[in-house]
Amino acid sequence: MSVLRKKSAVAASQTPREKLKYVKKNWQLYVFFLLPGLLLTLIFKYGPMGGILIAFEDYNVIEGVLGSPWVGLEYFRRFLSSPDFMSYLMNTLKLSIFGLLWGFPIPIILALLLNQIRRTGIRKKIQLLIYAPNFISVIVLCGMVRMFLSPVGPINSLLGIDTNWMTMPEAFRTIYIASGIWQTAGWSSIMYTAALSNASKDLEEAAIVDGANILQQIRYVQLPAIKNIIVIQFILQAGNIMSIGFEKAYALQTDMNLPASEILSTYVYRLGLLNGDYGYSTAVGLFNSVINVILLIFVNWVVKKLNDGEGL
Amino acid sequence: METRRKMKLGTSDKIILGVGYTLLGLFVLAVFVPLVYVVLASFMDPNVLNNQGLSFNFRDWTLDAYRRVLENDMIWRGFANSFFYSAAFTVISVFVTLLAAYPMSKKEFVGRNFFNVIFVITMFFGGGMIPTFILINNLHMVNTVWAILLPGAFNVWNMILARTYFQSIPGELREASSLDGASEVQHFFRIMMPVCKPIIAVLALWSFVGMWNSYFDAMIYLNDANMQPLQLVLRSILVQNTPQPGMIADIQSTAEMAKVAELLKYATIVVSSLPLLIMYPFFQKYFDKGIMVGSVKG
Repeated sequence: MSVLRKKSAVAASQTPREKLKYVKKNWQLYVFFLLPGLLLTLIFKYGPMGGILIAFEDYNVIEGVLGSPWVGLEYFRRFLSSPDFMSYLMNTLKLSIFGLLWGFPIPIILALLLNQIRRTGIRKKIQLLIYAPNFISVIVLCGMVRMFLSPVGPINSLLGIDTNWMTMPEAFRTIYIASGIWQTAGWSSIMYTAALSNASKDLEEAAIVDGANILQQIRYVQLPAIKNIIVIQFILQAGNIMSIGFEKAYALQTDMNLPASEILSTYVYRLGLLNGDYGYSTAVGLFNSVINVILLIFVNWVVKKLNDGEGL
Repeated sequence: METRRKMKLGTSDKIILGVGYTLLGLFVLAVFVPLVYVVLASFMDPNVLNNQGLSFNFRDWTLDAYRRVLENDMIWRGFANSFFYSAAFTVISVFVTLLAAYPMSKKEFVGRNFFNVIFVITMFFGGGMIPTFILINNLHMVNTVWAILLPGAFNVWNMILARTYFQSIPGELREASSLDGASEVQHFFRIMMPVCKPIIAVLALWSFVGMWNSYFDAMIYLNDANMQPLQLVLRSILVQNTPQPGMIADIQSTAEMAKVAELLKYATIVVSSLPLLIMYPFFQKYFDKGIMVGSVKG
């Protein structure tokens, strides 16, 4: 959020007349360069924000957003007292928090291990291989998961059983998180690998000469070199806990595993777009994004405390 | 690095390295085996695969699944649609994003902070699924390509990456071209674009792959079966378990049908992943570049 705070000293010191002169002289910058992006943002990002009003009214298509009768906080009262909603909220939180806890350290460990391999050729080959799953689409990944775990699939025949994993709510979270690690851990390590390769080789040499063993080198040389990136990555991911993706959860859902696999975004979709309950589902979506914003501000605040006053 | 080679590794180091490399090896295997399995399984005779799993006896291999997949019109149409959507989206998105990033990269740009706030807010807060759907519906964009191409075209995160890249280019370039009488537009297209090829490649790659792999927007905005991108065709085969009509119509028994349908999935995965797989070695040189661009804090 330093993006927001950074004031450009030049612009601030100008008088309004000077600013106007700048705009007149550089009108191309506004009309030709900025306008397309600005228009898209205003229409497709700010436009829907107006539609949030639906969360407080009994929306119907003919009356439109401004004409429909108000219901106040009715929807919020309804879903906050609904046990279904609470379990979907918990599903969302559990899925992303456990996903973060399991998934976050693995790329770091991968990068540290890759960094130990001194033969560039082998390292490059391994990297090329473990990056590959990142480019597989969500649908193909979920298709593979479903096939591997089907009652007649290879995993069951390997174990000599015929469990239908996809219908078990208690297996869903593990399936989701493990397949996520399979797909993205290699790719996520790329950032740490890049930072490690830029880390000071002199420092490492010195540590070796001083008789530091590998764990000590990692602790005193390599981890400090990637500390900042770890912190930034953690904030970004922790801030996204409530915005966990729709696409994968939806593609892994079956009627039977819904008790664990229904998360807020799939709930909003089912309710709003499939059942047409616009007001209620918008309220749920709004609740979700407000928590998300609060979470981001909070995480940023925590990191600032930990990181000598420097947040994101 | 030479020092390390000459140094003798202590016992504890050997153990640590041994454990570490074992873990790494296991991870590499865990990534590799499923991918290979899919490819091999796609060539198996359905009965053999069902009864005993993979077989390395060539008499058990068949191209039947590929024939059925490749003879299917929907797969081809999905390919064509996906290719069109991804290419068009990439052009629009990269263009709009670079254009906006250019003035935002100038320290003296009046209104820079104001526009920045407008853009950055959208990274953290949005209207959500239903209001967006209602808006697109009111704009009469449902069942048109614009519903897929426009809403996500301007990406603030990419704009920040491009802006950071622009800022790393010496300002003297603009001073020189302005002495030659070039306008900002001329400067942007003649000087900046060629200089910024790496960031353009990275943004184009991400836009293309992102669009190629997504299905949500197409699922809610495109109802016309003929407009469906590949991912939606795949979804009905792989996730909803309904092979495209005609794929297995010639098979008599239901049990046989189920087996072939299972086999079709493997072949479908291989066929649909082929384009990215072929491109993969070509764009891998941009991986590191992309990360280096991304790691510079905006």
